[in-house]
Order: sequence, then C-alpha cells, then structure tokens
Amino acid sequence: MDPGLKRRVRLGVALTAAVLLAGALVYTSFSSSSATKSPSTLLASAQPGGRYELTGKVVPGYVRHGSSLHFRVRDRTGSTSVPVSYIGEIPDPFRRGREVVVTVRKEGSGFVGERDSLITKCPSKFKSEKRS
Amino acid sequence: MRLAGQILLIVALVIAAYGIFASVHGARSTRRGVGGRTGRAWIDSGRRSVYALAGTVAVCFLVLELAFLRSDFSFELVAQHSSSTTPGFYRAGAAWSSQEGSLLLWVFLLSGWSSLILFLTRRRARDIAPYATAVLLGLAAFFLCLLVFFESPFAGLHPAPIEGAGLTPILRHPAMMIHPPMLYSGYTLCTVPFAFAVGALVTRRLGPEWIRITRPFALAAWLCLGIGVILGARWSFSELGWGGYWAWDGVENAALMPWLTGTAFLHSLMIQERRGMLKVWNVSLVLATGILAVLGTFLVRSGVLQSIHAFGASTLGVPFLVLIAVMAAGSIVLVATRARQLRSEHRLDSLLSRESAFLLNNLVLVALCFVVFWGTFFPLISEAVTGQAASVGPPWFGRYVAPLALVLVLLSGLGPVLAWRRATPANLRRALLIPVSVAGATLLVLLAFGLARKPLALTMFCFAAFVLAAVTQEFWRGVRARRAMSHDSVPRALVSLVGRNRRRYGGYIVHAGIAVLFVGIAASSTFRHIDDVRLSPGETARVGGYDITYVRPTGRLDTTPSGSLEKIDLGAELRARRGGETRTLRPSRSFFPSNSGGTLSRYFEGEATSEVGLHEGLRRDLWTVVSPNLSTLQPIIIRGDKVFQEARSLPRAERAAALGEGLRRLVERYRAEPLPVTFRVLVSPLVTWIWLGALIVFSGGLIALWPLPVGAARRAAVDFGARVWNAAWREG
Repeated sequence: MDPGLKRRVRLGVALTAAVLLAGALVYTSFSSSSATKSPSTLLASAQPGGRYELTGKVVPGYVRHGSSLHFRVRDRTGSTSVPVSYIGEIPDPFRRGREVVVTVRKEGSGFVGERDSLITKCPSKFKSEKRS
Repeated sequence: MRLAGQILLIVALVIAAYGIFASVHGARSTRRGVGGRTGRAWIDSGRRSVYALAGTVAVCFLVLELAFLRSDFSFELVAQHSSSTTPGFYRAGAAWSSQEGSLLLWVFLLSGWSSLILFLTRRRARDIAPYATAVLLGLAAFFLCLLVFFESPFAGLHPAPIEGAGLTPILRHPAMMIHPPMLYSGYTLCTVPFAFAVGALVTRRLGPEWIRITRPFALAAWLCLGIGVILGARWSFSELGWGGYWAWDGVENAALMPWLTGTAFLHSLMIQERRGMLKVWNVSLVLATGILAVLGTFLVRSGVLQSIHAFGASTLGVPFLVLIAVMAAGSIVLVATRARQLRSEHRLDSLLSRESAFLLNNLVLVALCFVVFWGTFFPLISEAVTGQAASVGPPWFGRYVAPLALVLVLLSGLGPVLAWRRATPANLRRALLIPVSVAGATLLVLLAFGLARKPLALTMFCFAAFVLAAVTQEFWRGVRARRAMSHDSVPRALVSLVGRNRRRYGGYIVHAGIAVLFVGIAASSTFRHIDDVRLSPGETARVGGYDITYVRPTGRLDTTPSGSLEKIDLGAELRARRGGETRTLRPSRSFFPSNSGGTLSRYFEGEATSEVGLHEGLRRDLWTVVSPNLSTLQPIIIRGDKVFQEARSLPRAERAAALGEGLRRLVERYRAEPLPVTFRVLVSPLVTWIWLGALIVFSGGLIALWPLPVGAARRAAVDFGARVWNAAWREG
C-alpha cells in the first residue's frame, strides 16, 4: 500500500476509535450521574425513589448513635431544610454548620442517605467562604 | 512584623513587574540587533530580579512562620489556624493550612525553583531564557496580586485574642505537613518547562535545547507531584475514618491530571531526543501540564466544585479563570503559528518499535487524563448542557480507569524490551519469552486459587508479573554484558550499570514500582472486607477471617509539654486473632476543645478525629476505628456545665484545678462503665504494596534525576550503554 494512504488509514482508524470512546464516555457520564440538589430544589422536585446528591449545611440538633445519624440539611444561604436518615461512615469533621454532600433517596416524607456516601468539607477551608 | 510583611509583599510585586519588563525589553532589543550589550544587561537584570524576588518572598514567608511559631495571635491567620496548645511541629506547618498561607507558599516555591533554573542556565539558552523569565515572573506577579489585593496573610486582629482556634485536628499528621509543600513544589515545577516551552515557541528556537534544559525540572515536578499524591493517599488511609486512600475527589484529581500528562511527556521527549519526532505533541504536553497545574490550584481555591478539600467559595475564581484562559489561548496561538518549525524529522518506521509503545503509552495517559478531567468537571458540564448540576461517582471513574490502567501496566513491561525503530519477530520472541512465560505461570497459579471470578484483578496481577519479569530480564542482560566487558562481581556490575545509565535503569525501576503499586491497588480494591460491628467488652465478631474481641475501653487526657490540655482520647483495646497470630489494636477518638460552649461540654463539642487502630503487613492490613458511646457521660457533662456556671466567682487557679479533676473523672467513668460501641473493621489485602510500590517508583525517579558528574562521563556512558546493549543482543 502507498505509505501516504497507509498513514491516512491509520489516522482514520485512530480518530474513529477516539470518537467512539469519547462518545461512550459522554453517554455514560450523563446516564449514570446523580443530580446535585440543594434542600429547597430537592423539596420542590424530588420524586419518590429518585436518587439525588444533596448538598447544604448541617442544621444544629442532629442525633447520632454509633454509625446511624438523623440530621437536617439546609440551603447554604437560606433556612429551607430537609430531614435525612443515614447509616454508614460519618466523617470526622461532621458537625452543625458544616457543609456536607450526601447521596439520598426519597422515601415517604423524608430522605434516606446511601450508606457511606456522606462527605463533609474540610473545616480548615471555611474562612474564605465566610468572607464571600 | 505584620506591616513589614505586607510592605515586603508589595516590594516583591514591584520586583516581579520590573523583572518582566527588563526581560522582555532586553530580549526584544537583542533580537532586533539594537542595544547589543545594553540588551544583554537588561536580560541579566531581569534574571537577577528573580533572585531578588525569591529573597523577598522568603523573608515574607519567614515572618509568617515566626508568627505561627511564636503564637502571635495579632496575625488573623495565626489566630484562625493555630493555638498555643498546637504542638510546635504542626504550628510550623499550620502556615499553609490556610488559603493565604498556601498562596504565599506557592509564590515562595515558584520563585525558588525559578531562581534555580535561571541560575543553572545563566550561560545557556540566551534567546529562550528571557521569555521564560518573563513567564515565570508573570505567574509570580499573578499570585502576588492575589496576596496583596485579595488574600493578605498579614491581616491583623485588634485586640489580639489570647488564644487561637487551633489547627484542624485531621491535619495533625506528619504526612499532612509534607504533602502540601510537595504538591505545590510539583505544581510550581510544572510551570518551569511551561515557561521554557513558551520561550522556545516565541523565539522559534525549537531544537532539543529547551527540552534538555527543562527535562530534569519536568522529572522533579513529576516526582514531587507523585510524592504529594501518595502522601495524601497515605494520610487518607491512616488518619481519616473511612478506610480508603482515593475517592476521586475533585482536588485529588487536580493533582493527578498534570502528573499524567507529565508522565506522558517524560516518555515522548525521548522520541524527540532520539528521532526528532513528536515535536508538536511534546510542546503541547508541556503546555497542557503547566495549564493543568494552574487549573489544579484554581480547583482548590475557587470553590467552583464540591470537594472536601476545596477552600470555600471565594473571590479568587475569576482571576484564576482569566489566567487559565490567557495561558490556554496563548499556548494554542503559539503552537498553531509555529507548526512549520515543529514538523517531525522522521516518521514512525514500524508499529513494532519502542517509539510505537511510547506513543501508545502517551495516548493511554492522555486518555486517562481526559477521563479524570471529564469526571471532575462533569458537574459544570452537565449544568451547562442540561441546566442541572450532576456528578459522577467512583464507579464511573473505575469503569474507564481500570482498563486503561491495565493497558498502561502492560506497556510499561513491553516498552523496555522493544527495540528502537523496528523490532524483528526473532528479537521480539527472544525478548518476550521469559516475561510471557512468567505471566502465564502467574495466571495458572492464580486460576488454581479461584481468581477467575475477578477478571480485572487477575489480568492486573498477570500483567504486573510480566512487567517485573521484563524489568528483571533487562537488568540481568545489562549486568551480564557489563561483566563480560569488565569482569566485575554481580553487585559491582549492577551498581556500575545503573550508575552509568541512570536515566534508563532509573526508568526501569519506576516501571517495576508501578507494577507493584497497581497490584496493591487491584488487590485492596477487589478483595477487601469491611464491616460495622457493635460490641460490648468481652464480645467477639468475625470480619475478613479475623476474630475481633473488644477487650476494654481506654481513655486518657493528652497534655502539651507546657501542661495545657490538647485533647481527650476515648477508645478501645481490641484483640484480633487469625490462625495462630494475635494482634492488639487501639483505635480511639480524639476530642479537641472548642472555643465556645459550656466549661465541660466544650471539650466534647469541638473537632474530633478518629485515631485508626492499624496493623500493617505485607499480606494484609487490619484497620479499625471506633465511635465511642458517650451516653453515660452526657448527663454528667450537662450537670458539670451548670456547676461551673454557678461557680464563676471561684479563683482562676481553683477553677482550673476543678476542671482538670472533672475531666479526669469523666475519663475514668468512661473506662469503668463501658457501653456497647460501634467499630468499623476493614481487612484490606496488599495495601502495603501501594506504599512499597510508590517507594520503588520514587527511588527510580531519584536515580533518573540524579545528575552525572560531568558531561563527558555522560557521553561515554551513552556510548558504553549502546555497546553493552548490542553485545547483549549478539550474545542472545
């Protein structure tokens, strides 16, 4: 085969493979992602059984027994809050007022946290947030 | 002190601005042929301004460090991130736990590394260096602007508080003190090749010189970023109470991306050095690595993504975005307008060649980087496309990263055994016979152990065996050829071989380390057992083949050398039995006092961290954390708060003594009346291999980085290496 044509064929094959892989990447990222919601948007739009990534701040007055936790998450700037029942690993920095992210499912009037999905923002990084 | 620091920051900014002007003016005068000696004087002045900048920023950093070490709470930063009860070692490191302190550390390291490269190249690359100087100073000026106008580390508090908030407890870990400087060194070192690539593109001096100059810095950046990432993983595993070492968090990914493109560059530059190929690719990789390093810094500081490690939403996002846009747009324009000078001198001779293996390795690394980039920025992408922010979790990353990692490990064994330009089938058979046999034997053994149900892990183990066999074979052939020529003993021949070909054999050691590291990752992520168990003293639970017995509760008051209480530790003693082996583990939870709340309750309502009970071994790690049950203590704490509230009139000394006694009795009560507590137990096989693999990788990196004594020795070594290689092949 002509070397020039051979190079073009190779380039075509490589580009096709790259486009297919990128397409798969894009498709699976949209199909397997969880929507990120604040408490107010979650209350407005959550469907029973739906899976969401809830983000907000911990309201004072949570109850903790071993690895089970009942707490409320409120909007970052606002007072709307939702109740969450959670069992699993509770990060060390978890406290009232801390920003958290937890994957939840709507069950009845409340939300149930997915096991070990709770993460808390590192408390050393809060200062800038207060300022903004 | 604060005022001096603030003034020095402004002086540093002025120096950086002057240096940019001097370097560009000098370079333009010299290029136009006007100015001559004057142009060179401006260039020298620009270079010296980098040294002056490094000195000035070093003094700023020293002022801040002294404030932390002396617990000078008139500094707002010290009051918010340290306290008199914070141990001295951690006080020194607390400077970079804040946004402002870490920005100052960034400029400090950037100016230091810039000074080093400009000093080493003061008589070389005279055309390129002035533009590189301007780029490095431009980056320093950007960070200094942030420090002067947005986030000053020298802000004051009036009146100064008598005590500070203290360093966040989870950061009180030796790895956390070294991890940020290592990452920042990596990020700042990434900007050095970036700056020289820009200089080479601007001046159209796109020969091998800029690559030769910056290669050690690219390698050092790769090394520092890698060490930073691994230290972060180690900290996560042994300090955080979740038992993992990698969570695909945005900030973790931010450090991984430039490391991946840097790794690709370190491989592809060899093709440019040897064959004059892949020039566009190499310069693009260097520019991308520099941009990704700044992007990583942006991710941590802008609050644009949800991350446990990111600083909260701040005002720094927009300036960073502008900088990244300028860097990216400038890079694209420069590469596009220099395409003619960046043409390859040769073409790929064969798909069966080391060049092809390196090229494939580059594609895999860039694909990995793209996957990580897409997953990290997906919340922003999905919001832009659908109007709804969404994120992808670890399973999504694993779906793409696992197969790409498999190909990468396979290539790290294949690359060293393939010949440059074209490998003949006969050579290939000879080179692959032993590694393939070892991989096949590993497959049979593992199948006999029933690993067929875990195909990804099984494949990774076989590929790792292939890599280790290939690397061992290369060492053996080199030693044999060396002995044939010098009649040295095996150890002496090995040392001599590695010493004379540091780059090559250092690289092989890195490949072996990568194989070991990935075995650890595959085993620990596939075969781990994790369970939450609730036990009373004397009870036993079985997890991952271990019988875990809760022996007794533990508790103690931890004081600093000055006698003040730092924390209260409440935990448990566990006995773990497996076969005939018995281990004792002592997980606990440390309670650090807060600055608010009741006299007693503030000791339990502040920050708390899990102290992991860990037994490490080559075969498996046993990892435990405990959630102490404070139910019996709560009523006493509430009552104690009331008593202390009513006894406000007590003299301070008596009050302190009573408080000490009260806390001591609380701890005794916890030990004497134990309640059932919850333990998280994790049995993770081969996790130690990750740390061992990383050590091997970094040893290899250091060997590759270590300079040869003189240039002549290097040339001799290259010639010698070629002769050894040919002799080895002739001997078969």
